[in-house]
Amino acid sequence: MRELIRKLTGAFGPSGAEEPIRKVIRAEIEPLADEIRVDPLGSLIARKQCGDGKRILLDAHMDEIGVMVTYVDEKGFARFTRIGGVYTLNHVGGRVAFADGTVGVIGIEGKRKDPNKVPKFEQLYLDVGATSRDDCPVGVGDPAVFVRPFETQGTRLISKAMDDRIGCAVLIETLRRLEQTDHDVHFVFAVQEEVGMRGAHTATYGIDPDMAIAVDVTTTGDTPEARPMAVELGKGPAIKIKDAGMIAHPAVRDLMIQQAKKAEIPYQLEVLERGTTDAAAMQLVRAGVPSGCLSVPCRYVHTPSEMVDEQDVENSVQLLLEVLQAA
Amino acid sequence: MILEKLSNAIGISGDEGDVRAVVLEAIQEHVDEFKVDTLGNLLAFKRGTGRNRLRVMLAAHMDEVGLMVVDHDKDGFLQARTVGGIDPRLLPGALFHVGPERIPGVVGVKPIHLLKEGEGEKVSKIESLAVDIGAKSKDEAKKLAPLGTYAAFATQFRELGTTVSGKAFDDRAGCAVLVELLRGERFRFDLHAAFTVQEEVGLRGAQVAAYAIEPDCAFALEGTIADDTPKEKEGSPTTELGQGPAITVMDRSVISDRRLVRLLTGAADELDIPYQFKQPGIGGTDAGAIHLAREGVPAVTVAVPCRYIHGPAALLSLKDFDNTVRLMRESLSRLTRRTLKL
Repeated sequence: MRELIRKLTGAFGPSGAEEPIRKVIRAEIEPLADEIRVDPLGSLIARKQCGDGKRILLDAHMDEIGVMVTYVDEKGFARFTRIGGVYTLNHVGGRVAFADGTVGVIGIEGKRKDPNKVPKFEQLYLDVGATSRDDCPVGVGDPAVFVRPFETQGTRLISKAMDDRIGCAVLIETLRRLEQTDHDVHFVFAVQEEVGMRGAHTATYGIDPDMAIAVDVTTTGDTPEARPMAVELGKGPAIKIKDAGMIAHPAVRDLMIQQAKKAEIPYQLEVLERGTTDAAAMQLVRAGVPSGCLSVPCRYVHTPSEMVDEQDVENSVQLLLEVLQAA
Repeated sequence: MILEKLSNAIGISGDEGDVRAVVLEAIQEHVDEFKVDTLGNLLAFKRGTGRNRLRVMLAAHMDEVGLMVVDHDKDGFLQARTVGGIDPRLLPGALFHVGPERIPGVVGVKPIHLLKEGEGEKVSKIESLAVDIGAKSKDEAKKLAPLGTYAAFATQFRELGTTVSGKAFDDRAGCAVLVELLRGERFRFDLHAAFTVQEEVGLRGAQVAAYAIEPDCAFALEGTIADDTPKEKEGSPTTELGQGPAITVMDRSVISDRRLVRLLTGAADELDIPYQFKQPGIGGTDAGAIHLAREGVPAVTVAVPCRYIHGPAALLSLKDFDNTVRLMRESLSRLTRRTLKL
């Protein structure tokens, strides 16, 4: 799966501009699905209809956080705003890339009252090598993503956009290995999660599922002086109990727990105090959808160096396959 | 000018009836059907000339920001709260029209002669201000302006050469653009016009209108922020007066559909219609609610740049207004099913 993960994390796809990543995923799943479509907001939906049982929705979002140019000054420096949860501390001195490959260095204003204080986001700018507004290759409204090379260290995988290309990888691999189930399974690669779970909301309306599971990353509590949290890297996929946006449906949660126990797949339970996933949007669609979330533990979420453990990824696929058999 | 009538009409969120009447009068002869929905949106339908027609929603909100009376004190002053976002710095001394009879009311303010040192530099919150309608007792105030009475900025529309000033350009400018589009030739697609309610309090009317219309794509028409007045430090003007219609790429409520943005810029480039991108990340419009309706709706916002919105008197350029109408008409004429293909 390493090659797949490298390919997925390397693709461009900030919220609202997911065309390139959609193309990459589409090429992967084209031979695997019975039916593929793109919904009105751009979410990619692959269907595998094995039987007439339940309509099951599996979701991972394909968008990533990024920035968007808001203003180009006389000297050709670009100011920018956030796409999703972007924080100053993670990005000074980093780089972004635009869809056409243009690279920008994230600089910071020099005149700051207290250089030891975390600067305001508005004090950052992009240097794309321009010398004036006229020769600046980027303009207002152009989106860009953070870049950093994909690396592996033992079983740890490090990249930008693990959130949530790792979920996309889990879904693709699950689809690849899914041979038989009694159900009508819809694999949703959703747009615009990072700006408010928008793609999952509308895709779920379209599919009208009997059950939905989001696959996304979650933070961990296993790093120095981390905020207390029971989830650790490498200890198995985390079955969500609750987060800041949703309480997992007990039946969906328990189904995952039972199948993990039965198949002896390591797992952890997750209570996330900050942040949420597509499952929060999905469970409130139409008359309500029993929804849960399977999380891949991930360190340094929303930095350009998000780290996951390969074994957790593999176990996530195993668990989803078990769940699809048992549901 | 329809904008004049629309601007002078009063329609604060939840009480848009007068604006609706002005709109209806202006469009009635130019549409095939219309109805007022449960929440008060005016939904008008103009059949297209093509076959296998797209359903295209054009939305503009009728409501404006204002005040609502929430209490009366013993001396006859009115306590009020804002409906929608109003900068508290704009309130002291402002003249309002209170209630359907348009009773003049002044937001009371201590004369400068009596201010203690430093007092003038503080911004008064609305909780510490009172609207004075000249009532002498609680009973009189209650009779003239019962609890729940709305009050709107008392501003008359004026022409200032090629710019015009008036209240509520957000979003009567959008309403006026939509009226102009309805008055013109039919498009190939079926046009579903939605003059919506309660945008300023949370995009509420648009949400139910989009559910009912089930459009293939949508355009929100707006009057948006122009911040092109002198500044201390170089920075984005959000939009600039005279630089043409403002296309939203991303705001807090929506990321505009890139296919529709390309449709607009393509038409503008081809015909040399000036346009600008609104500073990304600022504000929100009905497109935010519309694009999440049902299975999702590709949506974009196009706006007439306006200085000083959400205040007593906004200012817009008629050239921008005309270019917005033109850009919309030309873009919509080029809109086909292929535009929406991925």
